[in-house]
Amino acid sequence: MTTDVMKSIIWLIPLPPLLAFFLIILFTNRNKAVSHTIAVGAAFLSWFGSMVVFYRAITTEEFGKNFFASSTNWLPVGLIPFKIGVMVDPLGAVTLFFVAWTVLMIFIYSVGYHNFGQPKGDHDQAGLPPHGATVTDVHGHGHKVPSIEPMYSRFFAFIGLFAFGMYTLVVSDNLLTLFVGWEIMGLCSYLLIGFWYGKPSARAAMIKAFITTRVGDVFMLIGIAALYSFTGTLNFKEIFAKEMLEKLADPRLGGFLGLSAAGIIGLLLFIGTIGKSAQFPLHVWLPDAMEGPTPVSAMIHAATMVSAGVYMVIRMFPLLTAGWEEGMPLTPTLTIMATIGAFTALFAATIALAQNDIKRVLAYSTISQLGYMIAALGIGAYVAAAFHLVTHAFFKALLFLGSGSVIHGVEHGVLHTGEHVDPQDMFNLGGLRKKMPVTFWTFLIGGFALSGFPVLTAGFWSKDEILADAFANKWPVFIVLALAALLTAFYTMRQITLTFLGKPRTESAHHASETRWTMTVPLVILAVFAVGAGWVGIPEHFTGGLIPNWFHEFVAGTIEKHLPMVEFNIIPLLTSLVVALGGLTLGWWVYRDVKAGAPDPLQKVLGPLHKVLKNKYYLDEINNVLFVRPAYWVAETFTYKFLDRTVIDGILHFVARIASNVGPILRNYIDKPIVNGAGDAVGEGVKWFGRRIRVIQTGRVQQYMLIALVFAFSALFYYLFTLLRP
Amino acid sequence: MTIPLSWYLIFAAALFSVGMFGVLARKNAIAILMGIELMLNAVNVNLVAFWRYRSPENITGQVFAVMVFAVAAAEVAVGLALIISVYRRHKTVVADEINLMKW
Amino acid sequence: MALQIIFILVAAVTLGAALMTVTSRNLVHSALWLIMSLFGVAVLYVLLNASFLAVAQVVIYIGAIAILIIFGVMMTRRLAIDTSRQINSTWWLAALLSLVFLGGLSWMLSNWDGFWIEAPVMAVNIDPVKQLGAALVAPNLYVLPFELASVLLLAALIGSIIIAYEKR
Repeated sequence: MTTDVMKSIIWLIPLPPLLAFFLIILFTNRNKAVSHTIAVGAAFLSWFGSMVVFYRAITTEEFGKNFFASSTNWLPVGLIPFKIGVMVDPLGAVTLFFVAWTVLMIFIYSVGYHNFGQPKGDHDQAGLPPHGATVTDVHGHGHKVPSIEPMYSRFFAFIGLFAFGMYTLVVSDNLLTLFVGWEIMGLCSYLLIGFWYGKPSARAAMIKAFITTRVGDVFMLIGIAALYSFTGTLNFKEIFAKEMLEKLADPRLGGFLGLSAAGIIGLLLFIGTIGKSAQFPLHVWLPDAMEGPTPVSAMIHAATMVSAGVYMVIRMFPLLTAGWEEGMPLTPTLTIMATIGAFTALFAATIALAQNDIKRVLAYSTISQLGYMIAALGIGAYVAAAFHLVTHAFFKALLFLGSGSVIHGVEHGVLHTGEHVDPQDMFNLGGLRKKMPVTFWTFLIGGFALSGFPVLTAGFWSKDEILADAFANKWPVFIVLALAALLTAFYTMRQITLTFLGKPRTESAHHASETRWTMTVPLVILAVFAVGAGWVGIPEHFTGGLIPNWFHEFVAGTIEKHLPMVEFNIIPLLTSLVVALGGLTLGWWVYRDVKAGAPDPLQKVLGPLHKVLKNKYYLDEINNVLFVRPAYWVAETFTYKFLDRTVIDGILHFVARIASNVGPILRNYIDKPIVNGAGDAVGEGVKWFGRRIRVIQTGRVQQYMLIALVFAFSALFYYLFTLLRP
Repeated sequence: MTIPLSWYLIFAAALFSVGMFGVLARKNAIAILMGIELMLNAVNVNLVAFWRYRSPENITGQVFAVMVFAVAAAEVAVGLALIISVYRRHKTVVADEINLMKW
Repeated sequence: MALQIIFILVAAVTLGAALMTVTSRNLVHSALWLIMSLFGVAVLYVLLNASFLAVAQVVIYIGAIAILIIFGVMMTRRLAIDTSRQINSTWWLAALLSLVFLGGLSWMLSNWDGFWIEAPVMAVNIDPVKQLGAALVAPNLYVLPFELASVLLLAALIGSIIIAYEKR
């Protein structure tokens, strides 16, 4: 296929999910089967286009230089029109690969997750999660079964829009359309986190997510604007041209706190990532986002949204490292990135230790892993960060979908037994290994990948590369990341042990059952990738140079700077083996015997620290006091009550009162007496005059004659006197 | 010395004034008519005096006086008819009481 | 000389009678005083050499008009004897007006040159009556006014009959 066809395909990749969104919203909202067919079909089309493009990308020689790009004039601004377009270079190709696969798997999974084919619920309401329907069998026994989601089609429309946003972001060749996709995903995360809008907790969570990411987005927008004003373009390849980077790296240009223009812009853009990829301190929205349905959590927190934040920073790597070479001390921006990334990785891992909700553990785990990637970028490990991004997407999506499967299976048990237990609390689970084998094995694979189980899992290879890079460049980062890896393995095994191993702790867990094929098949496929995706990036020294590190070569070609592969050192390798295996063993050993109703063993060990961890370091409460309540005060008391009602309305009322007083004054003192009075006076005057005058008409002839003669003689004599006098 | 014209003119003026006083000051309508007759006679005397003293060869003055005679007669006839008609209707000939034309 | 005395006597009588006419309480007395005044005027006509007019004066005025007036008085009586005050309330203004008129007219005339002339001599052989008759019917003189005067009298005659007509 020619490159022109390739370019057309790339333009078309984001389109099918968008069409699915509109079709479902406008036409097929009532028909659930048609809606999900359109949605899954659209995801499949995009997946197919992505695979075609990916295949061509990996079979092109020197793809880093011969990448696919196509652009078109859009805005006429000045001499050179502003162009937008698509581009798939090596980084874009691998991103497209994992996005396409995970999106498709999530779409298929959603069909089963929302109980397609099940009857309508007894008391189901749009806006609340379905509660089950009573089905009477032949014997007249009624038992409850899961019911279909009332807003089924709406869900598919929204995740279609979400997929459109992500695809747009991945294939765009400039920051503006990237930002468009970014914002569309922000909107969709708002809509989907609050999918069950009947729940107050969901409503609060959706607002929290949107506003928190908004804080980051504002800074990102300022960064984009600054970039445009410095360079006059937003196109990646133009920005990353050598001359442009040199100009931006000059500290005299736009110097601010000692940062160069590149540093400032990079920092501003990074703040956007802090928001979107849930780094400290803007991570608070991600755990609450678990209010949404599980496919949403998978989509947002594995496949698309948080990956978009990291993807953007990876994209802007040349800008962030403008003027910096390996071995130099880090620029301020990179230092900030590394610090925040490493800190977040450890910080989130500690919180995950004390969480009981199965999805919340995974949420903090995501925050932690994203911290890994950011830290990797901060120390300059471009390829390692990209590698971890790809592998993380696969196993985290797998883990989330697996947790959804667990919840579904236990809910079946809940409906069966009529118990009122929270199927998401791990302390209500246990022994699901026997009841849900497929889920168990795939979850296990995902968990091992997350922990970095040696050789067999993808997570090992990507995490190991990061640790190696950290050890080589910045050993403080290495220590923190290694510690975080230990905790990761620990809490992952804690999760698996509590959920699947041992004996069931509640009746519902006892009666749990495996979920349908639409949910388990995506798990299996993702598990394959969780195992195999790492093998494309095996460092060369492992195989003695036999197998080249394809991933490194491929992705490194994206940027012009030469990225050498890290020298082999035994210490990071040993460290990663120790922390991974050690953490897993420790986790299993501590939690293998937890009985029903027993407290968390970690509570005894950590004591009061456990409470702090469980309450997430009370950060939500701090945020509430520092930001939320003052904002409310300004809005309600200051602007509304004071400015609006008192000041502005007061002025208006005052003016109105003056006007309403002036009116009657004018009427009573000017209008009535003067204007009316004048008219009336004329009439009345004439009448008065007439009444006075008419008395001379007495009807008596002699009087008429008298008066006539008086006048006549007067006139006559006067006339004659004047005539006769000389 | 014979009679100058002025004597006749003054006399005619005096007669006219008396007649005018009668017209304006008498209550009874017929008395008013009598005053009118006096005025007409004064005019006639004036006319004839002027004829005699200014152009006696020209008979126009007398002709004029004859016309005045005719008019006076006609006027008295009609006036009396009116007064009688009014008397029949309103049972009064007092001029002040015949005031139907008042406002 | 004699003429002047006669004139003064006749003028005094006439004016006196006229004054009595307009001030008498009894209406019939007023009419009779009017007749005396009209006689005085006829005498003056004689003094002015207008003999025809003197006769016409007596016949028309006294013989017709005065009688008519007396008839009118008779026919419009409310009471048999009516001797209430016959002068109305604004007589003072009427008197003033008359006096002003008299004074003004006299003064005005006195400023006229022709006021003091004497009577010219009349030609002896002219007969005024004949002359008057000829003038009244001569087509280039006064036949038209003469005829119109006739028509006027006719109209007055018919008019007065109609006005005073009493419907049964």
